Amino acid sequence: MQTLILPGVVRAAEEGGHELNPLLPHPIELILSLVVFGLLFLLIRKFVAPKFEEIYTERTKAIEGGLAAAETKQAEADAKLAELEQQLADARHEAARIREEAREQGAQIVAEMREQAQTEAARIVEHGKAQIEAERQQAVTSLRSEVGTLATTLAGRIVGESLEDDERQGRVVERFLADLEAGTPGVN
Amino acid sequence: MSFGSVIIPGEFTPPGPGDFNLPAIGGGHDTFEFLGQAQVSGVTKPMLQLVVSALVIFALFYLASRKRAMVPGKLQFVGEEAYGFVRNSLGRDIIGSHDFARFVPYLFALFSFILLNNLFATIPFIQFPTFSRSGMVYSLALMSWVIYNVVGIKKHGFVGYFKLQSVPAGVGGPILLLLIPLEFMSNILVRPVTLALRLFANMFAGHLLLILFALGGEYLITEMAIQYAPVGVLAWVLFIAVAFLEILIQFLQAYVFVLLNAMYIQGALADEH
Repeated sequence: MQTLILPGVVRAAEEGGHELNPLLPHPIELILSLVVFGLLFLLIRKFVAPKFEEIYTERTKAIEGGLAAAETKQAEADAKLAELEQQLADARHEAARIREEAREQGAQIVAEMREQAQTEAARIVEHGKAQIEAERQQAVTSLRSEVGTLATTLAGRIVGESLEDDERQGRVVERFLADLEAGTPGVN
Repeated sequence: MSFGSVIIPGEFTPPGPGDFNLPAIGGGHDTFEFLGQAQVSGVTKPMLQLVVSALVIFALFYLASRKRAMVPGKLQFVGEEAYGFVRNSLGRDIIGSHDFARFVPYLFALFSFILLNNLFATIPFIQFPTFSRSGMVYSLALMSWVIYNVVGIKKHGFVGYFKLQSVPAGVGGPILLLLIPLEFMSNILVRPVTLALRLFANMFAGHLLLILFALGGEYLITEMAIQYAPVGVLAWVLFIAVAFLEILIQFLQAYVFVLLNAMYIQGALADEH
């Protein structure tokens, strides 16, 4: 090092007349540095820093506001969804209830109809039976009198005997009918 | 370094403090005496750099902050990142969220001012660190000293502040006789000196090293026998490597200067424990 520095010192001594000490300040530089930095500081404090701070504040606000809005929206959407689901469940419930009711009513109607039809059928059958019986009774009555007259006339003619006598006639007819009913063959 | 001893003294003139004493722009050779040393009168390159740096910094950040767009463009993004870096990692994290806001413009201006002036040592065609001129640094260190002391005195009062800075908490008895002068010296007297010397010496030494590699390499290649030429080339390669190292140091020194400023302010504002 010594050999390196010595020539420089020699040169400096030759050129400047004495050794330079870099630690000794240049007075203009002392003042200039302070003034220039002071001005820069004032400019930055007045024009730059507030703007940057504003940007930060605005951005923070925007982000926080956005988050809050999103949270509100989310909550609203959740509430709406829950409400819709509730409505849907209610509707399903209602539908099931109505279906059940309809089924019950249908069964009831079918049962009623069946009963009605049975009653009607029974009534019709009864009515038919009664009518048949009545007609049969009528037929028996008219047949009996007609057969009596016919048989008497016929027998009178065959026997030649007057069967005008009512008593006798009555007896004959009665006997004849009794035979007839006893199923005596050959008469038909 | 040992090459120097091989050569005949006088042939190779190594760089020295004289290389930092630049002549006035325009070629004036007048000097004046200050503290027993001749100083160049007139506007020199580092003075011009100082003014240019302030103009560039203000223009850059003024343009970057002017639009205040919610979604930043490139320039605004760079500006916000730089501002946010100083604001959050140097201001808020050190001084504390209660007090930091009023110091942010100061810290931000100081950081960008020192950083750009340091980077001038690397920027082509400028290539001179403004703060290798000690006078430029002294005033910044003095200003830092005044600021943290005034801040502390304003908060704690004159006596309270010096008590805070000189009497360590939790210590009693005769040991205080030893500690109070030590604390006072380290917290009040030494701080501006170390602050100034750290920045100045780093810039000075870094630039000196670069000059040495550049001139030494040139001398080895052009003036000496051909077998020394590869060593000269090596010196130039090292020049490039050291230049990159210097960029790191330039940033670190700006960072440290502002970091210490913030820590001194924080210490001055601290409540008594």
